Amino acid sequence: MSASGTNPASSNVTRLAVARPDAAPAARAETATVAVDCQSITKTFGAGAVRALDGVSLAIRSNEFFTLLGPSGCGKTTLLRLIAGFEIQDAGTILLDGRPLDGLPPYRRPVNTVFQSYAVFPHLNVAENVAFGLEMKRRPRAEIDARVKEMLGLVKLEGLESRKPAQLSGGQQQRVALARALANKPRVLLLDEPLSALDLKLRTEMQLELKRLQHEVGITFVFVTHDQHEALTMSDRIAVMRAGHILQVGTPEEIYEHPSARFVADFIGETNLLDATRIGTARFRLASGVELETAEPGPPHSNVTLVIRPERALLAPIGGSALPARVEQVVYIGSDTIYLVVLEGGLRFRIREQNRDGPRSRARAGDAVGIVLPPAAIRVLAQ
Amino acid sequence: MMASLRRSGLLAPSVLTIGALLILPLGLMAYVSTLERGPTGGVIWSQHTTDAYVQFLFERDLTDRLVVNTDYLHIFGRSIVVAAITTAITLIVAFPMALWMAFQPPRRRLLLVFIVTVPFWTNILVRNYAWILLLRNDGVIDWVLGRLGLTGEHINVLYTPLATTIGLTYSFLPYMVLPIYVSLEKLDRRLIEAAFDLGANRWLAFRRVILPLSMPGVVGGAILVFVPGLGAFISPELLGGAKSMMIGSLIQQQFGQSRNWPFGAALSFVLLVLVLLALSAHAARYRREPKP
Repeated sequence: MSASGTNPASSNVTRLAVARPDAAPAARAETATVAVDCQSITKTFGAGAVRALDGVSLAIRSNEFFTLLGPSGCGKTTLLRLIAGFEIQDAGTILLDGRPLDGLPPYRRPVNTVFQSYAVFPHLNVAENVAFGLEMKRRPRAEIDARVKEMLGLVKLEGLESRKPAQLSGGQQQRVALARALANKPRVLLLDEPLSALDLKLRTEMQLELKRLQHEVGITFVFVTHDQHEALTMSDRIAVMRAGHILQVGTPEEIYEHPSARFVADFIGETNLLDATRIGTARFRLASGVELETAEPGPPHSNVTLVIRPERALLAPIGGSALPARVEQVVYIGSDTIYLVVLEGGLRFRIREQNRDGPRSRARAGDAVGIVLPPAAIRVLAQ
Repeated sequence: MMASLRRSGLLAPSVLTIGALLILPLGLMAYVSTLERGPTGGVIWSQHTTDAYVQFLFERDLTDRLVVNTDYLHIFGRSIVVAAITTAITLIVAFPMALWMAFQPPRRRLLLVFIVTVPFWTNILVRNYAWILLLRNDGVIDWVLGRLGLTGEHINVLYTPLATTIGLTYSFLPYMVLPIYVSLEKLDRRLIEAAFDLGANRWLAFRRVILPLSMPGVVGGAILVFVPGLGAFISPELLGGAKSMMIGSLIQQQFGQSRNWPFGAALSFVLLVLVLLALSAHAARYRREPKP
């Protein structure tokens, strides 16, 4: 559990989540060695005016694809820059393979960075860019040439060796930056929102490409992004950050299915959040008076937030245990159809259904429908 | 039709200005350099001769034979050396200065740029006179060094090429600082971080990334210092003295005391051709190697 280093506020919830039988991957992976160990890192800017990181502890395991996810200003990039050595923390220690990095300048740290803006050297051609790190390390020429060739093959840039960055597309520059960083065989590769400047199609392509690369080279990747979809697609584990704190660390499945805090539930994917009060071990009442049964008892608070993913709720005929609702809007998005419904008491609710049988809407705006919330689909969070 | 008329109409002022203030005087100078000198100055407009160019390299001995005379070549050589040394010193002083300026917070940067340009606000003649007071024997520097016991007699710097170099370095320093500062200021800081990240220490990051990327500024500054330095007139005249004459003074002399306008014009053209050759050699090198 110590490996999932969370702040005290959410640790009890995380412990609950990890203790579940379906969270086995996390428990198994705990035996893996730790690559980067951040211990109560605090970093402020502007003479303490801005607290970018507030006592953050985090253990990143060897050879995992780890993502720091959060909105802008949450401290994720600061944490990455601290590991790289571009900034120095006010308090706390960062260990790499058990050895403290404190006081080491960036050029003495066995980590490499892929920058958001690529930062490919404009005065050097592709091959010279990739060779840069090895030349700094004074490797023999033959070794450099072989490694450059290997790296360019890895990122599929063969034949462009003598191009200047200005003659490359954004995606190609990105690959150069990647090859350049990997050429040094770093212990950890740090990626600072490297895909944010690419268009959607290229980004999706690069996401899978990065995942493939990580498997192929077997290096620990620490990836920073504000894109939850990107994080879910690529990561082995994700740390969700907000305002200088880590709210939850877990596999994409844990984060999505068992968010430990309202913010995490809301930030990752689409969510329905319903405020409720406890009336039994696993029974809750909404403000409108509707009572819901859940599979899990949740934390021992009387005021809770119920979290239901749109795809876990079901549209049903009126009657029985279905909650009565009225369809407000139907949004067809290709693969799925989204129904925005209003529950009794004016509560808005979102349901997502896959268009498995073709684009046939099961209801239209204004229709009275029922919705079914299976007890197992409802997560209970402290308010 | 209308558009092209309007375009030429709008272009006319600049074309006329360039024609009247640049091409016309240059043409006139070229023409004058091919004329016979007048007996009391000026030129004889109807008599053409190559005397002025011959005079640059040769003189006539008592038997009227042409013999090689290297006096003027020496003056050109000295000018090139002084201008080159000035360029080198300004570069050495200006680069760290520009680097430091470029890494200050933006508001302080503006102030520093302003401070660099402050000398432009004072007349260059006055500033060179100030250097006379500083450099002359019994002047400020001589007196201080003497008092400290660092120099035996006098420093004897004034009226030497050294004094000229000091004056030129001082005068041209801003012309070196500003272009380098501009190229460093717009340099992407992430490139420096990337260099550090890839294992370059401070020196290697400077030599492999910062310096190459600021080359346009360095070259621009070098041209702005070397070219005017070659033809500089005020500093050599005031600080250099008679024994270390430079091209500028030589040309001025031809139009003044020597009353030899064709020779003065010819000297100007030799200087112009030298500068153009140097610049086009540089441009050719840059064309082969596309700019970053």
